[in-house]
Amino acid sequence: MSMATLHNQTPVPVVAHTSAATDPGETKIAVRNLNFYYGDNRALKGVDVMLHARKVTAFIGPSGCGKSTLLRVLNRVYDLYPNQRAEGEVLLDGKNILAPGQDLNLLRARVGMVFQKPTPFPMSIYENIAFGVRLYDRLSKSDLDARVEQALRRAALWEEVKDKLSANGLSLSGGQQQRLCIARTVAVKPEVILLDEPCSALDPIATAKIEELIDELKDDYTIAIVTHNMQQAARCSDFTAFMYLGELVEFGTTSKMFTTPSDRRTQDYITGRFG
Amino acid sequence: MDLYARRKLRNRIVLGLSFGATGLGLGWLVLILGALVFRGASGLSLQVFTEMTPPPGADGGLLNPIVGSLILTGLAVLIGTPVGILAGTYMAEYGRFSKLTQVVRFINDILLSAPSIVIGLFVYEVMVAPLGHFSGTAGAVALAVLVVPVVVRTTEDMLSLVPKELREAATALGMPRAYVIGKVSYRAARAGIITGVLLAIARISGETAPLLFTALNNQFFSVNLNAPMASLPAVIFQFALSPYEDWQRLAWTGALIITMAVLALSIIARALAASGKSS
Repeated sequence: MSMATLHNQTPVPVVAHTSAATDPGETKIAVRNLNFYYGDNRALKGVDVMLHARKVTAFIGPSGCGKSTLLRVLNRVYDLYPNQRAEGEVLLDGKNILAPGQDLNLLRARVGMVFQKPTPFPMSIYENIAFGVRLYDRLSKSDLDARVEQALRRAALWEEVKDKLSANGLSLSGGQQQRLCIARTVAVKPEVILLDEPCSALDPIATAKIEELIDELKDDYTIAIVTHNMQQAARCSDFTAFMYLGELVEFGTTSKMFTTPSDRRTQDYITGRFG
Repeated sequence: MDLYARRKLRNRIVLGLSFGATGLGLGWLVLILGALVFRGASGLSLQVFTEMTPPPGADGGLLNPIVGSLILTGLAVLIGTPVGILAGTYMAEYGRFSKLTQVVRFINDILLSAPSIVIGLFVYEVMVAPLGHFSGTAGAVALAVLVVPVVVRTTEDMLSLVPKELREAATALGMPRAYVIGKVSYRAARAGIITGVLLAIARISGETAPLLFTALNNQFFSVNLNAPMASLPAVIFQFALSPYEDWQRLAWTGALIITMAVLALSIIARALAASGKSS
């Protein structure tokens, strides 16, 4: 299949952010020679990649290639599991977050994450958001209300839930739950947002809403998104990284990756020959 | 079709056997409950709840053993629940992957099925014998030892059912571990943990053996935790074995009261578990 047929299959323009992508800007996160182990199983092999500030970087690749693993290193959420470890360097604003003595809670407040499955907490919609805010900000009731509303508006959920903020977060639909989770992450004002296949459990309409949201959020946040959906990567990202079998095969601007990839494997994957 | 017919026949036979086994089990239960209601309900009156246990031949009620049972059970739950929940929390949260957890789980399972009389003897050895007298406290401690493994088990099980994604999501917000557990895991597992505590109460409220060696019994009304204390199971044991008809009647009534209380607790536990699932 040639690139021309790929274009024909997708009505959406594949190259979305050509102008933005040509200007890389400053680096927010730099990953250097990162190895990751699940027990004895090496899941990442010497990965080098960077996230540019206030840009969207998409990670694509077949299942099990290490995309999600890489994301889980960036806020060290893997630290919950004693048999998982990372080696190498991950520089956030130039400081290595893998170095010992890190305050992981502060790190995670700076690097937020949204998961594949919507994970609302078993509490009210309001509390789902207020909860995280209260951890790091002591706000008055009215300020907190404003912050919750702002977060819900950013996540394009406010209109749907403003009359039932005290309803349980679990009572929302899947797409709403996912937007609630994004709102929750945005509310604590992180610098980086990691999205681990945020749309894989959602229908096309909900997916479109989340994609719009990503587009708006990148004005303020550095975003990394793992996706299985090639069109999604093409639509919402400025940079794309292709991973295969734990290695980073190719990294570049999304426009280049989807039109003239330099690696054969990237070419094969994005044209649907494997994966 | 021959093969199909044979399979159908086999299905009928197994189904019949299953029904039979269920019927047999339920049948005895119904008989026991029926006898209990039949023999016990006639003795139910206000007097049962307002008067002391009588000497043979006199009028009386079960006030002192009812109060005693409430105190012993309440105290046991008060002691056993925090220990059980904290241990279960360690096993499911902090020490999920540690060797210690496996050891504790193994020992807890043994404790869970240990004969309660052994626990009564144990508390007798460590509390009653050194202090030189039976006491309500010793009774409550013996019951607490029975509460702990039930609560440990249910707490660990229920916390383990909390999806790991929920923990990761809370962690990814920058939430300290203690918050993740206290505000998210506990909340998600709340119904199950409460059910565990209720089940533990149900378990201990009928225990006689551990009390015989610890709280003993008391003919008189006493809320003194340093003295022997009456309890429903112990009074039932004593009265049911006696040759006096009025004592035996009170024993039936006492048994009915315990059974109804445990039944009510079980229903509440069920309802809680169901509501926890749906929300």
